[in-house]
Amino acid sequence: MAAGTGSGRTVSATFRPIRGWLLLPSWAIIGFFMVIPVLLMLVYSFLTKEFRGGVIWEPTLAAYDQFLFDRGLFGDEPPTIEWAYITIFIRSILQATGATLLCLLIGFPTAFFIATRPAHTRAIWLFLITIPYWVNLLIRTVSVRFLIRDNGPLNDFLLALGLVDQPLGLINTNFAVQLGLFYSYLPFMVLPIYAAVERYNFAFSEAASDLYAPKWTILRRIVIPVVKPGIIAGCILVFVPSLGAFLAPDLLGGAKTYMIGSLIEEQFKGNAGNWPFGAAASMILLSMVLVVLLFYARGQSREGA
Amino acid sequence: MTAAISLRDVRKTFGDFTALKAVSFDIADNEFFTLLGPSGCGKTTLLRLIAGFEGTTGGTIHLYGQEIEGLPPDRRPVNTVFQNYALFPHMTVQENIAFGLQMLKWPRADIAARVAEMVAMVRLGDFVHRKPAQMSGGQQQRVALARAMAPRPKVLLLDEPLSALDLKLRQEMRSELKRLQRETGITFIFVTHDQEEALSMSDRIAVMSAGEVQQIGRPSEIYEHPANRFVADFIGETNLIDATVEAVEGQIVTCRLPDGETVHALANRAASKGQSGTLSIRPERLTITRDPPPGESLKGVLGASTYLGTDTHYEVRLGPNLSLTARMQNAEDAALRLDEGDPVHVSIVAGAARFLVT
Ligand SMILES: Nc1ncnc2c1ncn2[C@@H]1O[C@H](COP(=O)(O)OP(=O)(O)OP(=O)(O)O)[C@@H](O)[C@H]1O
Ligand SMILES: [Mg+2]
Repeated sequence: MAAGTGSGRTVSATFRPIRGWLLLPSWAIIGFFMVIPVLLMLVYSFLTKEFRGGVIWEPTLAAYDQFLFDRGLFGDEPPTIEWAYITIFIRSILQATGATLLCLLIGFPTAFFIATRPAHTRAIWLFLITIPYWVNLLIRTVSVRFLIRDNGPLNDFLLALGLVDQPLGLINTNFAVQLGLFYSYLPFMVLPIYAAVERYNFAFSEAASDLYAPKWTILRRIVIPVVKPGIIAGCILVFVPSLGAFLAPDLLGGAKTYMIGSLIEEQFKGNAGNWPFGAAASMILLSMVLVVLLFYARGQSREGA
Repeated sequence: MTAAISLRDVRKTFGDFTALKAVSFDIADNEFFTLLGPSGCGKTTLLRLIAGFEGTTGGTIHLYGQEIEGLPPDRRPVNTVFQNYALFPHMTVQENIAFGLQMLKWPRADIAARVAEMVAMVRLGDFVHRKPAQMSGGQQQRVALARAMAPRPKVLLLDEPLSALDLKLRQEMRSELKRLQRETGITFIFVTHDQEEALSMSDRIAVMSAGEVQQIGRPSEIYEHPANRFVADFIGETNLIDATVEAVEGQIVTCRLPDGETVHALANRAASKGQSGTLSIRPERLTITRDPPPGESLKGVLGASTYLGTDTHYEVRLGPNLSLTARMQNAEDAALRLDEGDPVHVSIVAGAARFLVT
């Protein structure tokens, strides 16, 4: 053991002068495509809007004020909360949560199924899961719209079977949006869980069964806790893009399902937009995501201890 | 008294591969019973059938008189120490040991008491809050043992539990296991492919090969009276020589070796004149002398020798087709200093040669 650690130290010592340089391209890419845009947004969110889109370089809190307060922070009377945008924000969180749960509900058994197939057929199953995703997201979302609209195949089918006597009216509902998000991001749930279940040692399940645990208890007490990192990764990978999504809410939802992604999208589209307001909304969204990730990281480090 | 485990014509096939062929035997209550055999002979398969992880292809298994075919593992009062321990990685030592008791819905206080008792038994007091990944192989092995014994199973199945340990620890754990088995009175079915382990720990041993039981008996029986050539060869070292029967006198046969010499041996079963078989003589039952000893002896030339500390291994060439290995204790006095090429006489300790009818 000691020898192993020693040689490891020697190698890293040898490479120390070069190591920084080797990482330079990665740092450059992360800096250019992640840090700079975020900083730019942060700066824009504190600037004054120009009418045809764009910004004027005059610092102001107007964008945040507009998002959070109805009677402004800087008026004579005490400020009141602006509920419209906060409502949109909370709705987005609920929608993203719904989509994540839907993905988990379908994705976990799917991943489990694939990971327990004979090794040589797993690649085929994984490929089958990803086939729809070779098609553009916009087209896939539109196709969901066609599938579930009032005179679409789903309703025709249910009507023909006599299961319903009038179309279900799925379109423009929260459920339609969640379905669209679910369809958009399912592989992000399946793949990390698959990776975790594939590494799972089924001798643990046998040991639990040997120690008098019935099937569901094994799933709850052994399998799920052991593959939990995969489940959490999947949930984050679905929740985060769902929270800021705008295609599914635009195409499958209506005014009542308006989400923050659409709100931000509109601020930057065409001439009617308000860049600082869009940037402020983005920063608020980003801080929420960071809070979620922080909780996750804290949970992880506590587990490791 | 009913047997702890009773196997009748138990068979197991995987596709068209037969892993077990009609295995039948009984294991008594409180017995330390060992399944011994080379890799791939079906030891783990047999344990898995008893534990219930696999169904039998044919035959019946009774546990204390009750037929257990069809009962899932969680309804069999049998616990397993797995070949690779299979400790739950997300649980501490304490939680691992308590798991079976929680599943059996023991009261909380009883669980705590039993876990403490188990932890003390396997001497893991300082480790109760550690997770398996933070422990050495030997410590993990003891957790696996404690976890499997905590629910007071009627039968404990141990699948090569010592194979991952180094020699010193393995020897310690042998006596430890034996002690635990005596103290708890639990029936142990212990799997190993290490014959020394089997001989030193077991009440009885079943020697298996290619899905069949070759012999069942006490360690001394298996060693002194192997039932066939496979057992003689697998257990301990031996000289195996093709031979034919010259004369029969009750259990004793006179057999002729390839170069024409004759030797008296105890036959493993009724033999008749002219029958062919194998002569088995343990190296430590051969004596090498310079001068012809009184009684039966064979003449030969000393070949290579290997010094082994307490003993020395000598090869003796008896003829063009025959050489023997003898194992002699190294004595203090150098009276019998033998060198390669010396003419010597080899005698067999009375009653030590075995003739195994083919
Ligand atoms: N699930 C299975 N499918 C196909 N063949 C199997 C299966 N399980 C075991 N076998 C075969 O059955 C035979 C007996 O296997 P088993 O695991 O019982 O051997 P073992 O005696 O425990 O060997 P070892 O000492 O190496 O652990 C082997 O040839 C093995 O390849
Ligand atoms: Mg095995």
